[in-house]
Amino acid sequence: MVQLMENLLYATFILYLLSSVTFVMGISGNKEKKDEARVRRWGNIGVGIAITGAVFQVLFIITRMLIGGHFPTSNMFEFTAFLCFTIVIGFIVIFFIYRSVVLGAFVMPLAVILLAYASVFPRDVQPLIPALQSHWLYIHVTTAALGQGAFAVGFAAGLMYLIGRVGKEKKGKTGFWNAFWLETTLVVVLMFVGFSLINFTFGALGYEAKFSHQVDGQPNVQEYQLPPIAGPHEGKVIHMDPFLGLTQPLFEAPAWMKGQQAAGKLNSVIWSVMTGLILYGLIRLIARKSLTDILYPLVKNLNPELLDEVSYRAIAIGFPIFTLGALIFAMIWAHEAWGRFWGWDPKETWAFITWLFYSAYLHLRLSRGWHGLKSAWLAVGGFVIIMINLIVINLVISGLHSYA
Amino acid sequence: MESIHSILIALVLKRGELQDMIENTKCECGHNNPVGTILCECCGKPLDEALINKETIEKEMRYEGKARRSQAFQSALFDRVWNFFSSVKVAIILIIITLIAAAVGTIFPQEKFISGDPATYYSEQYGIYGELFYKLGLSDMYSSWWFFLLLAMIGISLVVCSLDRVIPLYKALQNQQVIKSPDFISKQRISHREEIDAAEKEAKLNGLADSLAKKLYHVRRDGDAILAEKGRISRWGPYINHIGLIIFLFGVVLRYIPGWYLDEFIWIREGEIKKVPETEYYVKNERAFAELYDQKEIPKGLNVEGPVVKKYQTDAVLYEKDPKTGELKPVHKQSILVNHPLEYKGLSLFQSNFEPGQLDSITLKVTEKKTQKQAGTFTVKLYDLNPNQVYQVGGNLEVRVLEYYPDFALENNRPVTKSQEPNKPAFIFEVREKGESQGERSWVIAGQNLDSLTKENQYAIDLAGINVVNESGLMVRKDRSLPVIFFGGIISMIGLVMGFYWQHRRVWARWKDGMLYIGAHTNKNWFSLRRELQQAARRADIALTLVKD
Ligand code: HEM
Repeated sequence: MVQLMENLLYATFILYLLSSVTFVMGISGNKEKKDEARVRRWGNIGVGIAITGAVFQVLFIITRMLIGGHFPTSNMFEFTAFLCFTIVIGFIVIFFIYRSVVLGAFVMPLAVILLAYASVFPRDVQPLIPALQSHWLYIHVTTAALGQGAFAVGFAAGLMYLIGRVGKEKKGKTGFWNAFWLETTLVVVLMFVGFSLINFTFGALGYEAKFSHQVDGQPNVQEYQLPPIAGPHEGKVIHMDPFLGLTQPLFEAPAWMKGQQAAGKLNSVIWSVMTGLILYGLIRLIARKSLTDILYPLVKNLNPELLDEVSYRAIAIGFPIFTLGALIFAMIWAHEAWGRFWGWDPKETWAFITWLFYSAYLHLRLSRGWHGLKSAWLAVGGFVIIMINLIVINLVISGLHSYA
Repeated sequence: MESIHSILIALVLKRGELQDMIENTKCECGHNNPVGTILCECCGKPLDEALINKETIEKEMRYEGKARRSQAFQSALFDRVWNFFSSVKVAIILIIITLIAAAVGTIFPQEKFISGDPATYYSEQYGIYGELFYKLGLSDMYSSWWFFLLLAMIGISLVVCSLDRVIPLYKALQNQQVIKSPDFISKQRISHREEIDAAEKEAKLNGLADSLAKKLYHVRRDGDAILAEKGRISRWGPYINHIGLIIFLFGVVLRYIPGWYLDEFIWIREGEIKKVPETEYYVKNERAFAELYDQKEIPKGLNVEGPVVKKYQTDAVLYEKDPKTGELKPVHKQSILVNHPLEYKGLSLFQSNFEPGQLDSITLKVTEKKTQKQAGTFTVKLYDLNPNQVYQVGGNLEVRVLEYYPDFALENNRPVTKSQEPNKPAFIFEVREKGESQGERSWVIAGQNLDSLTKENQYAIDLAGINVVNESGLMVRKDRSLPVIFFGGIISMIGLVMGFYWQHRRVWARWKDGMLYIGAHTNKNWFSLRRELQQAARRADIALTLVKD
């Protein structure tokens, strides 16, 4: 059963990857002669594969439910994997409204990257602690994730818009800053790729290091799966596989990083940033172009107004769903579990911030006419907030929601 | 008086009527428009000088060119306040300030999530920034007056901006004329014109009307003009959403009424009866326990270390005190589990904490020292010990409690108790044989052997056993505004769905003097409207190219 579940996950991953490749090939094979029918055909194949992948992910979720006895959204791996699922669903819906093939070439890789990212976290099925035993919890988490999936599609379309704009008008001061920030955003995406790559690499090598140190006066042991660049504050090596002649961490995490796993997390961040930058360097060396320029040919024939609308439409579809899931259902659940519908714990607060941000976006768009460039940047900003909520708040500032 | 009167009129009277009393603007088509009107209410012709030369009237279409209160009055203080709150720009700024403030509040944990004295906690844990966080009042931000003020201002803004817009919008959408001026049509963001002979015009207009009707438009025809419309409910969506939000915020404010909202916490041990704070009820903990997952229940393949708690449960009985006799009579009995609170008449008790094995009573044995013969045992309830409690021990001994220090300590060589929690219970007992008038004093301190202190004593008192019980932490909640709050949430959701899953699309067509004018408007998603209109026009043989397929 567990083996079946794992296989279903691999199948899902492969299918999403295949779908991404299909979408990219569909448009990039079409450089000179404009063969609309061909693009459409590849698009249909791509979306077909994406749907199959989504079906496999549903099977994966069902198997996991049979094993664990609860809906799998209760730890970092499960939630992030589910978020990939909702992104794919969001994409499929938008695809059938706008038939935009190029969108698939951006959204599906995003789902692939996130799924790889998710898989780095512990994948064991865990029994549910009492606070999480409520149907409202699943209703709340799944609905909120569906909204976020739609926002992610809005983010991808926003990125495409930006790539198109920046690619077209590079000169001038605004051109420069837009180009700079866009490139930065893309490099951050690469860092996610780097995080997964580096973890899988060292995971396959079976790398291990162990430290003992003190947390609030209590002895604690931290295990590292990546070579320790940053070790725990005042930590002692219990065991460390040598890495490039390194038998000691290069430096120690600052004293204020107190948590039991804080230093290890800092170490992962350092590795992700480094790997991301190295990947970026390699890409620039090989292609001799910025990421924006590499991606530009994919979007250059698209109508910017269409991209702007796709981005908005995805967010507009997501907003009511997100409101329902992340606020209303969350309040019902919080009321049942804790007797108060709102408690300002960090996770709740960031859901509220996300909601306010998107409502500002909608007002700016509707009443202040923020279309195009500004709107696209806001779509990117909103997704950054979602990622902050997922990563920073979950892993760093842990509140009541903090998953194991 | 005068000014109050005019304010009331201004508020109550529908915009147009007040203005009609002052001055009108007459359009070419013969219609009298209220002051401040930008597009003629009847034919849609731009009235404002500045607009006549503009390419598009897109901006003015949002409220159908209607005069709004915030635009008509701008002098009195009331008007200024009104205009401030009716501005979407101000609303956005308020939203963004709230957003940033809320984010800043999560940098460090809020006071209610920390243990310890906030005054020292923040600087100790987080240094200078922590201290700043505390000093700036960010550590208890979400219940601060200024955060409340921000939310209240958003609330006011919601009320004002909705009142300012919804009435003019409603009137405009109710009284739409089919025949619009060619100027109005060709200044739409989507517009098209084409020369058509008088002989052909009927066929084209009919064709267009038919194909739009097929696309589920509601089509009206008047002479040589068509108005096709769908999804008007989309326009009401934001207002209904805002009304929902207002109700929601109102519900939140209601909680400040005394008795509407209760948030307390009690610890209660098994067997104990405690008053529920701020209510007339009492609650008894009959049994409290934690249940672990059975090894068999944990499926294979699960990687768990150590036992995992499956549930926490408290079997509770709720009592009401009879005001006359003072007697407690049970009114409700229920097991409280996490996610399944006890509910009784709006009062809820939630399982929130659980401490197993709390010391509840101790059993002491009395031994006659000389013979080492045990005289008997007695049990002392640590939590409810009457002053001068007397225990009968064995056949002929009486033990009296002279002093009880639940949390014993010595201060300046005098015995004191640090708290009422039996962390380190100590006693002075008097042991007396029946019939004697004088007994002997005996010290008992938990964890300490005092034999040397009481060498002369005939009897020794020693610990024979301890009895532990489980203790539950229960949250006590009452929230009478909950129905209002959830009602607001539902209304708000309905509004969101109306606003986002429908779009208000209109198409105007008019044939005049050999020219066919087509214009279209939507409140959102222009691309989709273009595509739809293009398909419809093609069916009616009108060569309209708006997007490439
Ligand atoms: C601060 C007070 C607020 C004011 C003054 C305000 C004002 C407005 C206005 C004037 C519109 C446009 C209506 C139209 O043109 O037809 C609007 C739309 C909207 N408002 Fe608000 N609003 C406020 C707060 C909020 C909040 C807190 C939310 C949170 C959800 C919200 C959600 C929306 C939505 C979703 C729309 C529709 C946007 C669209 O259709 O794209 N509003 N608001």
